[in-house]
Amino acid sequence: MDFSLTDEQLATSAAVRRYLQDQYPDAQRGDPVDMPSARRRWQGLAEMGLLGMAVDERWGGSQQGPVGLALLAREMGRCHAGEGYLSSIVLAGTLLQALGSTEQCERWLLPTVAGQQQLALAHSEPQARYTLSDVQTRAQAVPDGWRIDGHKSLVLGGAQADALLVLARTEGAPRDTHGLSLFIVPATTDGLAVQHFQTLDGRHAAHIDLHHARVPHDALLGPLHQAFPALQQATELALVWTCAESVGAMETLIERTTEHLKTRRQFGAPLARFQALQHRLADTMIGLEQADAMVMAAAMLIDHAPPEVRQKVLATTKVITARAAQATSEAAIQMHGAMGMTAECRVGHFAKLLTTLSLYLGDAQHHLRWYAEHAIAPSAAATQASAPTTEKEFA
Amino acid sequence: MKHTFSAEDQAFAQEVRDFVRTQLPADIRDKVARGLRVERADIQRWHARLHARGWGTPHWPVAHGGTGWTPMQRYIFSEECLLGHAPRVVNSGLGLVGPMLMAFGSPAQQARYLPGMRDSSTWWAQGYSEPDAGSDLASLRTRAVRDGDHFLVTGHKVWTSYAHFCDMLFCLVRTNPDVKPQEGISMLLIDARSPGVTIRPIPMLEGGSDLNEVFLDEVRVPVENLVGEVDKGWTYAKHTLGNERTGIAGVASCKQQLARLKDLAQRQPDGDRTVLDDPLVRARIAELEMQTMALEFMGLKIMSANGQGVTAPVAPSILKVFGTELRQAIYSLMVQVAGPQAIPFQPDAFHADHEGELASPAELMGVAANYFDARKLSIYGGANEVQRHLIAKSLLAA
Repeated sequence: MDFSLTDEQLATSAAVRRYLQDQYPDAQRGDPVDMPSARRRWQGLAEMGLLGMAVDERWGGSQQGPVGLALLAREMGRCHAGEGYLSSIVLAGTLLQALGSTEQCERWLLPTVAGQQQLALAHSEPQARYTLSDVQTRAQAVPDGWRIDGHKSLVLGGAQADALLVLARTEGAPRDTHGLSLFIVPATTDGLAVQHFQTLDGRHAAHIDLHHARVPHDALLGPLHQAFPALQQATELALVWTCAESVGAMETLIERTTEHLKTRRQFGAPLARFQALQHRLADTMIGLEQADAMVMAAAMLIDHAPPEVRQKVLATTKVITARAAQATSEAAIQMHGAMGMTAECRVGHFAKLLTTLSLYLGDAQHHLRWYAEHAIAPSAAATQASAPTTEKEFA
Repeated sequence: MKHTFSAEDQAFAQEVRDFVRTQLPADIRDKVARGLRVERADIQRWHARLHARGWGTPHWPVAHGGTGWTPMQRYIFSEECLLGHAPRVVNSGLGLVGPMLMAFGSPAQQARYLPGMRDSSTWWAQGYSEPDAGSDLASLRTRAVRDGDHFLVTGHKVWTSYAHFCDMLFCLVRTNPDVKPQEGISMLLIDARSPGVTIRPIPMLEGGSDLNEVFLDEVRVPVENLVGEVDKGWTYAKHTLGNERTGIAGVASCKQQLARLKDLAQRQPDGDRTVLDDPLVRARIAELEMQTMALEFMGLKIMSANGQGVTAPVAPSILKVFGTELRQAIYSLMVQVAGPQAIPFQPDAFHADHEGELASPAELMGVAANYFDARKLSIYGGANEVQRHLIAKSLLAA
């Protein structure tokens, strides 16, 4: 495997970094995002061509693949600038591209990539925790289309979205992977009740009740009953995105903490002189390196590795990243002292961002449990008898 | 970025795998797989076969018998050897003295000593540490005084790995006490059978004695055995320490020991289940497997990284700390998996020819010993505290 980045990727990252540092003033990073300025920045991302990085040229994008997307997420994480991207582009945008008809993509994907509107994926439900297929919201065929009833929870960007992609059961039992369908539901549809709230990281989400919400036949996105594989693919890409965003946020925390240790003086010396703090700083760096290696490996492998390898890599990426994120957040606050707990100091805001990202799409416990139950390789005897290593499978 | 190993690398991995499978003597493979003692003769037998294949000194320059492999091929080679249960060729001649002589030694020294290193027919041990000079190596006190065509060397070296196997020692000695500690040190090559050399194995916690004390009492060392210039030994030593640090992450060792751990857990009954069915044990195994995966990708990334900037200079330190502490955690879990069966301690049983009665199943006899032996991982090659210091220093200096 070769982790080297192309000159083009390095140049893009550098340009994105300059742009975001300029657009997201340091002293405001992590403050609650007001809707008008969020809209304005969204338009700016479109003008930079950044909204199209996960989308084909056909729909106004530049398809950079998972690696390009991960590099973008890292830069956004560094500046706490990710608002909207995960929901509108990584989740909803890629699903529209994967499943949508030409008409649907022209109507919804093109203007999203152009920055003229936003989308949100409404897939999770209060009882589901992290089980993607645990869907009780039902869509029933009615003469002029579909009628949807149910509760969708924690819809990222749900209040700003011009349209929601609603995951509903059209067949089968509550946790079946078969029998799930996606519907494009415009925000203006009758029967939607939106409870808008701010999230831990200063961004926006909503719980959404659908009561006799009616949409036409052509609101169905992709094949009936068979939305699950595409949904899973989109959430896997989103997991890589959140972990890459975390890596960027960790970089910022480590840089800020390093700076603080160099400038803050106590007992007649800079904090940087104290070995207990040096070693804690070193440990955050070791954690960051682990997370960064996993994220880039996951981005490289997600479209290529066989399913059993891909799932292991993804679960590992989340566990390693979430652990490092928590350790880095706590160390950064601790080493900043009481100042690190104030709303003025940016450190806490990045810690809240990292906590939020860790809780999306399965927390560390969830992925660790999956690995422990399903992915531990067979015993040594079996391993030795077959190929002596699994690492070539990553190849 | 490329997500695959190239076809050439995959073919190479297969070639090494096949070689290890067909050429590694079965008795040696068995010893390594079970964590039993490996003797000098075992390693020499294996190294001679590698040498015959042209693979005895892969990391040496081609002109001196190296293979000219890419860093990736060297990585694949060491991985496949470990995974095939080949013993590590722990002769310090290969990794330390050989490269040092190529860089700083005279043509005569190279001609005389390099051939014996290529197949381990000559065994070398490193005489650096002293009772009062561990991580702070520059404070060493063993002194060498010029006496005609010889140096007279007197002092006390300690923690000398595999000195009981060795034919030759390479030692740091003080030749000038009147300058800064680093500036009065020279490097001497000392025949271990010279009069005045006494090698005493140190019994260790785990029941072995791979480390030794070396006493030097007025040992006469010919001046032609001085490496490079007098008082420049510190420079040469730093060169060899750098070589030691890079191979230290131990991905293959993690994989191998995790496989062994799962095998043991599956054989340990716990009521009507096995220890491997215990959800808490499985969770720990899952964590350690995940960390091993992260370690592997870290190593591959560092090998190929460009533009990953700030950490590059301390990448070996990061790998060392993470890799060694992970291996220690794996051995620790192995002791817990063995449970009460790890309590019997019969050091004689670590020898393959042991015939007496065992108090625990044979595959569990070495577990506690391996765990205690693995404490060395965070001590040698620059203690992990020193590595953390280096990592922090590079961040804080930026």
